[in-house]
Amino acid sequence: MKRLLKSSDREKVLGTLYGGPMGLWFTLFFTIPIGIIILYSFLKRGLYGGIVWDFTLDAYRQMFNPSFAKVLFRTLWISVIATFFCLLIALPCGYAMAKSKHQTFLLFLIIIPFWTNSLIRIYAWISILSSEGFLNSVLLKFGIINQSLSLIYNNQAVIVVLIYMYLPFAILPLFTTIDKFDFSLLDAARDLGASKLGSIMRVMLPNIKSGISTAFIFTFIPIFGAYTVPLLVGGKDSTMIGNIIVDQVSKTRNWPLASAFSMILTLVSLVGVFWMLYSGKRELQLKKTNQQMIEQKVKLHHIRRRKK
Amino acid sequence: MNSKSVKFSFSYGMLALVIVFLFIPLFVVVFFSFNSIKGMQWQHASLVWYETLLFDSPSLWAAFKNSLIIALTSSSTATVLGSLAAIGIKWYRFHGRSYITTVSYLPMVLPEVIIGISMLIFFSAVKIRLGLFTIYVAHTTFNLPFVFMMVSARLDEFDYSTLEAARDLGANERQTLTKVIIPSIVPAILSGFLMCITMSLEDFVITFFVSGPGSGTLPLYVYSMIRYGVSPVINALSFVMILGTMIIAFFFRRFLKTVAASS
Repeated sequence: MKRLLKSSDREKVLGTLYGGPMGLWFTLFFTIPIGIIILYSFLKRGLYGGIVWDFTLDAYRQMFNPSFAKVLFRTLWISVIATFFCLLIALPCGYAMAKSKHQTFLLFLIIIPFWTNSLIRIYAWISILSSEGFLNSVLLKFGIINQSLSLIYNNQAVIVVLIYMYLPFAILPLFTTIDKFDFSLLDAARDLGASKLGSIMRVMLPNIKSGISTAFIFTFIPIFGAYTVPLLVGGKDSTMIGNIIVDQVSKTRNWPLASAFSMILTLVSLVGVFWMLYSGKRELQLKKTNQQMIEQKVKLHHIRRRKK
Repeated sequence: MNSKSVKFSFSYGMLALVIVFLFIPLFVVVFFSFNSIKGMQWQHASLVWYETLLFDSPSLWAAFKNSLIIALTSSSTATVLGSLAAIGIKWYRFHGRSYITTVSYLPMVLPEVIIGISMLIFFSAVKIRLGLFTIYVAHTTFNLPFVFMMVSARLDEFDYSTLEAARDLGANERQTLTKVIIPSIVPAILSGFLMCITMSLEDFVITFFVSGPGSGTLPLYVYSMIRYGVSPVINALSFVMILGTMIIAFFFRRFLKTVAASS
């Protein structure tokens, strides 16, 4: 309505005035840098770092070198396991938080460790897990073990710390969606004879799909691109893609290969993001029809009951 | 009876466990910051590491100063650009509108390593020397999406009729912006700004790529402490940083739900 009052030219000028600076900033410092990476991944590496302007697919071919392929595979399984546990733990937490009367306080408790500097948190885990660390000294003191266990610098440590670091990323979006969920639907399902678990699985889960996919994306992508955690608590066999990229840039100075690996991370992330946006949109559309369907089912059920 | 059984349900138990899990590492670090010796053998309580932190860590404070400079400048830039863009995108149709919306999501979801590497390669391609300026640019870039999203979310709840009323009463574009729109979205702008400050002070990975000699921030300093010789000063520093986080989160308490929704 308001838009009719304005000429479209005026809108364009004003819109560009407001949105232009940010658009320009992103173009300069995000789109162009990403474009450069895409370009570099198809170029030849220079002898002393940098690139040679020759089109080649060498970088992509190099990725299939067995030692790199192993890292790709490892990155994938570590990310899948860590993300799976994050979601599994986060679901009941988000549910409990949404149902609680002390939401702000609980959010406060979740957000404090989440906002504490990530290096401090990793450092805390190092001081817990290392051979002279907290856990070992406690276990030794109580005579549960005779000699220090090696708990750190292996893949398990990487997974535990990754779960620790990214759990809030899963809890927060799940809490937000579950908080918007109409809990009376669960009561309705219970009244209709569903078990508690059954009502949660079949009534609540389909309604919070968008929250689950957001939580999945927001944990999986950063874990897939993890750099600091495998570097600081991982062992020799815990390198992930993020570490390779950094090594290729800073040590080997193979920019095309680093760019090619970055392309993989970027593509995986983009697929995830578009899937998330798409599923969010579709859910909005589905919600209406779903609501109607549920109402219909309830009606039918009542009719049938009355007939009995 | 029913309400009691809810209180001890599986999900509450899980939540309690998770909160314990999230806090144990922090407690361990803080506890040993009061230890008089290095290591995990408790000697006796002492404030020696806090003394060192305060009076004998000049390079740490230099790094902290860098962090503060970067946080304030990048957050201010991001807040201004992000809020304006949110207003523009919400109310006007113009060329590049959908480009801006799409591209503003991406820095938030792409892995930090990618943002870092692409900026590093970009800066070296255009021959800008790494230092405080490049860190400022990088931080502004990753902060922008958060302000944009938080302000956009607030604008979605904005009552259009207020705007029409202002126009009917003869307000021009600038007056509507400064006297009507901005006052009503101030909470979102402020929480966006605070969010940026926290994110900027927190960031390690991206800064790691785009920092040059002498421009190290606090997280970079912590990193070098972890990698090359741990001193319990880092425990003392941790406690100070955790307290800082708690204070920020406390200021945020009214916006915690918005924060949860946007992160």
